[in-house]
Amino acid sequence: MNDVVIVLFASAGFDKGAQGLTGAARQLAGELGGQMRAVIVGSGAEALASEVARVADYVTVADQAELAEYQPEICLDALTKLCRELSPRAILFSNDTYSQELAPRLAHRLGGSAVGDGVELRSQGGALQVVRQVYGGKGQATIELKRSPAVVWLRTRSFAAAPARASAGEITHAALELKTDKRTRIVERKREDAGQVRLEDARVIVAGGRGIGGAEPFATELKPLAQLLGAEMAASRAACDAGWAPVTWQVGQTGKKVAPDLYLAIGINGASQHLAGISEAKNIAAINIDPDAPIFKHCRFGIVGDYRKVVPLLRQRIAALSK
Amino acid sequence: MNILVCLKQILDPEAPARDFRVDTVKREAERGSANLVTNIFCENALETTLKLRESAGEATISVLSYGPATAEESLRKALAMKANTATLVLNDGNPNPDPLTVARVLAAAARKLGTFDLIMLGREAGDWGAGQTGALLAEELAMPCVCFADRVEAAGGKLRIRRQTDSGWELLDVEPPVVVTVTNDEHNVPRIPKVRDVMTSYRQPLTKWTVDDLGIDAAEARAGNVYYEVAELSIPQKDTQCEFVTGDTPEDKVEAFAKRLIAVTGAL
Repeated sequence: MNDVVIVLFASAGFDKGAQGLTGAARQLAGELGGQMRAVIVGSGAEALASEVARVADYVTVADQAELAEYQPEICLDALTKLCRELSPRAILFSNDTYSQELAPRLAHRLGGSAVGDGVELRSQGGALQVVRQVYGGKGQATIELKRSPAVVWLRTRSFAAAPARASAGEITHAALELKTDKRTRIVERKREDAGQVRLEDARVIVAGGRGIGGAEPFATELKPLAQLLGAEMAASRAACDAGWAPVTWQVGQTGKKVAPDLYLAIGINGASQHLAGISEAKNIAAINIDPDAPIFKHCRFGIVGDYRKVVPLLRQRIAALSK
Repeated sequence: MNILVCLKQILDPEAPARDFRVDTVKREAERGSANLVTNIFCENALETTLKLRESAGEATISVLSYGPATAEESLRKALAMKANTATLVLNDGNPNPDPLTVARVLAAAARKLGTFDLIMLGREAGDWGAGQTGALLAEELAMPCVCFADRVEAAGGKLRIRRQTDSGWELLDVEPPVVVTVTNDEHNVPRIPKVRDVMTSYRQPLTKWTVDDLGIDAAEARAGNVYYEVAELSIPQKDTQCEFVTGDTPEDKVEAFAKRLIAVTGAL
């Protein structure tokens, strides 16, 4: 079969990652000459299912009681059963926590091969190839998968959504026989940024690094600037390790991979592991005291100076210009 | 409690990008003058395990690596950090084996070493960053898997695991055995071993095997490409030219910078 399956979680909704995933899948399905099928896991999937059916050929909703709330082992079992039935050539995921933990195991159970964090996906003479960064963004590799199905998680936020179909795709509900699995059980879920836009979906990001020098300036200097720009806050690993910013703000190879229209890096030197998280940003700008800081090599525009002087002035100017 | 921690030795990810070279024919990174270090997430996994042993009171920690002869350094350091036993499975084949190959070698070595309640790995390595070895190892051993953990505690025969998610964290109750992959957090910054313990670690026994000792398809393990292959490796070229804002005074520069920001965001 040449079909492409995408896996979506009802809890995430039709976010930027889900939209990009439909675009990546539609393109691959076109290359393979197959259909594009969506599998949506979790309760409350109705709205998402009808959104996705506008662009996908078939939508399967897996919202039975056992799958209402995400539990890794039972979700994996459900996806394995569904994918065995659908027998696709490729299964695509976004690069969220749940997708990343499930994809390799799903590939293993289906006898396929997985690869993650892809920025490009193509069918090359019958084989599926995925382009991804390696060595913290210092290198770029093309990985060729040897087994089928290909299970791939992608940096989907940099992909455009799939175009709408002429008529909506068919929606069906799965009724799977699932055994309860008590070996692991999520007993508490804590959202630390409830109500905010997810960093991965942010259009504008203001980020601080080692050069900020403490937790307080994040609140007194960077936060007001972010508010003026309608931006979300982020931080480098150095700032998170120092305890100046929560770990959920961390951007980089070991943190979040973001794709905003503007990434404003303040007091961030630009270690390659940090750059690996912002390679999909449309515009990078920086405020840094060191004109030779590596971050400037990746910037569209920048200003050399002490952020303690630049940022207060900048807030004044932006406030004045926006009046 | 019997715990296995798997470690990978890698090229120091902190080595500057300007020194990074690749062999495009072999599709491998060149070592150059870079140091070899233990992958940070593997050290986070070891630190989390050491903390678990301290709070649980009793546990045996075995460390295992599949890698070149130099990976012995990572294992010796783990012994200096007070792991109990160390095993190196020497990789004399493909220096960059795919994650399924690595998982199969680790699974075979783990079975040969004994029975484990808990197997800890880093969430991904700072070189190839595949982020799959732990999950595939769980499948090879038919164990459940918890990814992106930053704390593991013993709780009456069970484990209580905290793991990071995109938006916060989750707590899991887990019945061992389980495979856990670990991410970094302020609580699992790896300890620095004492000089005396580093010296002692070089006199401690260290088991050395090759893939021939594990009862697996050794030729397939050495080829290391049953799952995937690197078709191409290159260094991406950046052609971004940074435009530094100009102005006679700092105020003028900031004004110009503010205008650029507003133009790009399109807001306001």
